[in-house]
Amino acid sequence: MQPYLEDFTTLSAAGGLHGPAWLAEVRRRAIARAGALGFPTTRNEDWHYTSVAPIAEAGFHTLRSPSGEVTAADLAPHLFGHAEWPRVVFVNGHFSPALSNLADLPAGLRVAPLSHALREPSGVVEKYLTRLAEYEEQPFTALNTALMGDGAVVHVGKEMVIDVPVHVLHVADAYAARGAVHPRNLVVAERHSKATVLESYVAVGQAAYFTNAVTEVEVEAGATLSHYKVQRESPRAFHVGTVEARQERDSHYVSFAFATGAALSRTNVYTVLAGEGCGSTLNGLYMLDGDQHCDHQTRIEHAQPNCFSREVYKGILDGASHGVFNGKVYVHPIAQKTDGKQSNNNLLLSERAHVDTKPQLEIFADDVKCTHGATVGRIDETALFYMKSRGIGRELARRLLTYAFAADVLETIELDAVREGLEAVTLERFAGAEQPV
Amino acid sequence: MLEIRNLRATVGDKEILRGVDLTVNAGEVHAVMGPNGSGKSTLAQVIAGHPAYEVTGGQILYEGRDLLEMEPEERAQAGVFLAFQYPVEIPGVSNAYFMRAAYNEIRKARGLEEVDPLEFLDVMEERSKIVDMDAAMLNRSVNTGFSGGEKKRNEILQMAVLEPKLAILDETDSGLDIDALRIVADGVNKLRRPDNATVVVTHYQRLLNYIVPDHVHVLVGGRIVKSGTKELALELEARGYDWLLEGAAA
Repeated sequence: MQPYLEDFTTLSAAGGLHGPAWLAEVRRRAIARAGALGFPTTRNEDWHYTSVAPIAEAGFHTLRSPSGEVTAADLAPHLFGHAEWPRVVFVNGHFSPALSNLADLPAGLRVAPLSHALREPSGVVEKYLTRLAEYEEQPFTALNTALMGDGAVVHVGKEMVIDVPVHVLHVADAYAARGAVHPRNLVVAERHSKATVLESYVAVGQAAYFTNAVTEVEVEAGATLSHYKVQRESPRAFHVGTVEARQERDSHYVSFAFATGAALSRTNVYTVLAGEGCGSTLNGLYMLDGDQHCDHQTRIEHAQPNCFSREVYKGILDGASHGVFNGKVYVHPIAQKTDGKQSNNNLLLSERAHVDTKPQLEIFADDVKCTHGATVGRIDETALFYMKSRGIGRELARRLLTYAFAADVLETIELDAVREGLEAVTLERFAGAEQPV
Repeated sequence: MLEIRNLRATVGDKEILRGVDLTVNAGEVHAVMGPNGSGKSTLAQVIAGHPAYEVTGGQILYEGRDLLEMEPEERAQAGVFLAFQYPVEIPGVSNAYFMRAAYNEIRKARGLEEVDPLEFLDVMEERSKIVDMDAAMLNRSVNTGFSGGEKKRNEILQMAVLEPKLAILDETDSGLDIDALRIVADGVNKLRRPDNATVVVTHYQRLLNYIVPDHVHVLVGGRIVKSGTKELALELEARGYDWLLEGAAA
């Protein structure tokens, strides 16, 4: 933690940690917690299969001033063919007005960099920022809270139905090398609103850097929020990303976590169903190769009765990659009639790939319906022979079957452009560039 | 076209084929009949190249080539087709995409240009008529959630699309009601040409009322114990297999 504690001292003294007085106070508490907790070790149950020693030992320093040479052309492949979508772009942790598209936002939608939002008296930021993401016991969240950099504030007004997705795009290039960024995003969907937020972490080039992101999400009563996270960091990067959502009654939160990047990554998706009649859908797909290590931890906390949750995470692992899935469904004693389903399915494409999967149900109510399951398998030899018997060679057959494994979870993405974009990324990786009919 | 000489094959430690001889010429339809466990399906699978079976003796020549030296996909590209007894479900891959991939792989192997999805749509439209297939089936995942009859029809559709020289139909009649049987048999008959051949593997004579064979062979205990014309099939229907079983045991 030493480099980060030093960063905090230096940045505080230099006025590099933005925000009003209340936030400065939170930052001080958070850095104290980060210092006290230290980096988690594999003795910590939540980090049992993931050693963050490479992050701890690398001693990354927080990137202090705007940098980078990212161009609009660099971003084009990451825009899902929709440059016209509202977009807020951060290059190496710093807001880029030139690459963002914040003109002509639909009525009822507010999108701004946090650095700007903090300068204005804003009820919503003060009400929710740092209130949703728990930092007392979570070292990376504590670190992010203390050193919180820029990020997006997306605020959807009550009863507003926003048809276009908002793209929050964090991009790193060669200037990020050896640096750490602590992006902080806040998404608030007011009551009975509906919106889609796309949160991307992408890279130009192959720098080694550390992204430690936190996104806080508040879904008010009756609101529906779809939240897609795309992690395509540089192959040498480290990524820890935490999403903490809180849902009020009758709200729906739909999350999809797509991960193919980074040398070492950990994605946390936590949601609390804090009112009755809520629904949560947490899906994800990770595709790994080489020496990649990718860990997903989800927690669905049923705190009130009559809620449902659905979760499907799939993993495709090649090379000597290592995948980890840990999904907790926690049902409070009061949360009767909870209906929860969770599954994690993994496809191993090589003898050396490895996955640790741990679905967990902790149920303290007696009238609930909860199921979970996990599978780890290989390519279906029967299907492979069937395809070969039709003239399709082993490699193409393998790629098609691999794509097919991923297809049903990708199909759950409602937004056509995002689904098709991510299908294309998957196909490129496993089935050539050809699109299935 | 196909010449099988003294073929022996095992699965695990068990010898299933114990010296099969069979010659199939272009333009012919052969029926291979036999009781359960006689090795009929094994013969079909060995011709297609299923990896679970080990060939321990004999040879298979296909158009003069050593078929056993070829990968299953090479056999298919050379014109060998097996209609599976149990067609495999492939969730997530659409029927149309699957067939186009196969069609193009076979075209590539023959030095022809690949077709794009639009061109292939025309091919599918034309061939679907042969088995009276609903176009909606083409957009569904391969065999996934298909009824037994739909799966068998889908096999014949694939045959119609891929236009094999040698088609092996493995128990294609099993599990079919009479209407489905007629459609399937009709499809097979429409695809008959002087330059291709069909081997029908079946337990029952029923299918042979619709697909009339030139030659009928009885496989018992891993050997062809009797060959004849279509009348042999009728005799088997009337007398069963027992009289041949005794002969095979001797």
